[in-house]
Amino acid sequence: MCLRVEDHVVLGKDEPGKTVEITVDGRKLAAKEGEKILAALLANGIIVNRYTVKRKEPRGLFCGIGQCTDCAMIVNGKPNVRTCITPVKEGMVIETQHGLGKRGAIHD
Amino acid sequence: MAWESGVQFMIKKEVVVIGGGPSGMAAAIEAAKRGAEVLVIDANEKAGGQLFKQIHKFFGSSEHGAGVRGIDIGRDLLKEAEELGVEVWLNSVAIGLFAEKQIAVETGTDDAEKIVRVVEGEKIVIACGASENVVRFQGWTLPGIMGAGAAQTMINANRVLPGKKILMVGSGNVGLIVSYQLMQAGADVVALVEAAPNIGGYVVHASKIARAGVPIYTRHTVLEARGEGRVKEAVICEVDGKWQPVPGTEKVIEVDAIAIAAGLKPLAELAIMNGCKTKFDPILGGWAPLHDENMESSCSGIYVVGDVTGVEEANTALEEGRLAGVAIAAALGKITAEEAETEKKKIWDRLDGLRSGPHGEARMKAKDRQLADFRQLSAAEI
Ligand SMILES: Cc1cc2nc3c(=O)[nH]c(=O)nc-3n(C[C@H](O)[C@H](O)[C@H](O)COP(=O)(O)OP(=O)(O)OC[C@H]3O[C@@H](n4cnc5c(N)ncnc54)[C@H](O)[C@@H]3O)c2cc1C
Ligand code: FES
Repeated sequence: MCLRVEDHVVLGKDEPGKTVEITVDGRKLAAKEGEKILAALLANGIIVNRYTVKRKEPRGLFCGIGQCTDCAMIVNGKPNVRTCITPVKEGMVIETQHGLGKRGAIHD
Repeated sequence: MAWESGVQFMIKKEVVVIGGGPSGMAAAIEAAKRGAEVLVIDANEKAGGQLFKQIHKFFGSSEHGAGVRGIDIGRDLLKEAEELGVEVWLNSVAIGLFAEKQIAVETGTDDAEKIVRVVEGEKIVIACGASENVVRFQGWTLPGIMGAGAAQTMINANRVLPGKKILMVGSGNVGLIVSYQLMQAGADVVALVEAAPNIGGYVVHASKIARAGVPIYTRHTVLEARGEGRVKEAVICEVDGKWQPVPGTEKVIEVDAIAIAAGLKPLAELAIMNGCKTKFDPILGGWAPLHDENMESSCSGIYVVGDVTGVEEANTALEEGRLAGVAIAAALGKITAEEAETEKKKIWDRLDGLRSGPHGEARMKAKDRQLADFRQLSAAEI
């Protein structure tokens, strides 16, 4: 299932751009340099970004513009990174965030 | 410039515009054109606000760029601002607005170290736009359920589909336009529900999606979203005259995303934080700061423009921005009061034109009430 909008009636063809490799929960994925982390994950069929602190419920894209924090993940070891507004860089290590994302403290 | 525990201050500018959407850019351009030194702060990595998601052709008269797509209007604005030497800080969020017209600005992306700077503006323009309202129902927090604006950002700015079988909730222009754009991007809009008895947005937009075969259910709402880890089904049902679900009318629809288009509300927090007087008006989307004919709020030297002062449209946002830009140039002594008056009169005439017709009249009345409330406020203070 292709989720990328490669060709568009109004916007035309998407610019090819440079492909980079990122690691998501230990899995290597291809992403486009500079695209939002969340977009790269969506394109790869990943829609859960984090689990809530108390009820451990899954959360994913909600506002898409950095206002709600539902898309927060751990990026290169740094928790609470809003993936909908943070661009992908070569070699990024991205992890699903559990609770507040302080390793060991909230994780069980 | 002094540094204290990662905070850099104090930078001074004649004009600081918070928000680089159409209203903010227009204010910046008009002030810069007349010789003011302008800084625009925008939270995004690119200025232009909502315009860069609007790939459809706009309505309005030809002098308001009817038939021109939002993205093209945005591109022109950015180019003009650049040519005029307007300084723009991107990835920069105004996180506070304090006494003495000081703005705390945080710059940087979440994955890196951020810096905080304090900027003082002789004149400040608040042009933050609006944020989306939500509708809560059983299961509404499941992944796959999002604001319609989020869905639009994904397809038009990020070029990725947030789902393939989408239920749209709400039939205002945002719900209708985003439905159509989701189809243009290759998704299926499986249904659109609207609790009111009639479509909220323009008939042309509704006809387009109806012709494309999207079932539009008026007097319907979404009761429940079901799924594990992602929404898989939506339960919709009829509502009665009091907007209550009618038992026995439930329908289960297979979906992988639900987009909520329940209107927008002004992002007035910075104005409120600064003590600008506000008023609640449902036509304008909720609490919005009051202002005078120059778009100046109840706090002297602080101007409010665009969706922040009442959710309208890009064209009115542009004109309000221009008004503030011209008024600021006059207040800074860059042009004479007469020059400003002539220019402002032209802008007001265009604004009145935009706020007419079946969809504009209610907004015209609401904006008039806002001005009247402001006058009352100043009279009371004198
Ligand atoms: C789906 C949809 C379709 C539309 N179609 C049309 C149409 O056909 N015709 C039309 O005229 N209008 C249309 N509009 C409306 C139009 O886009 C908006 O009314 C207009 O963009 C408002 O302009 P603005 O400058 O007030 O705000 P915005 O365009 O929202 O810009 C605000 C900017 O401020 C920034 N910002 C916010 N807070 C901060 C902060 N604290 N610090 C720094 N930056 C901040 C934001 O990042 C953003 O860039 C549509 C809107 C939508 C959602
Ligand atoms: S989806 Fe809301 S902050 Fe990213």
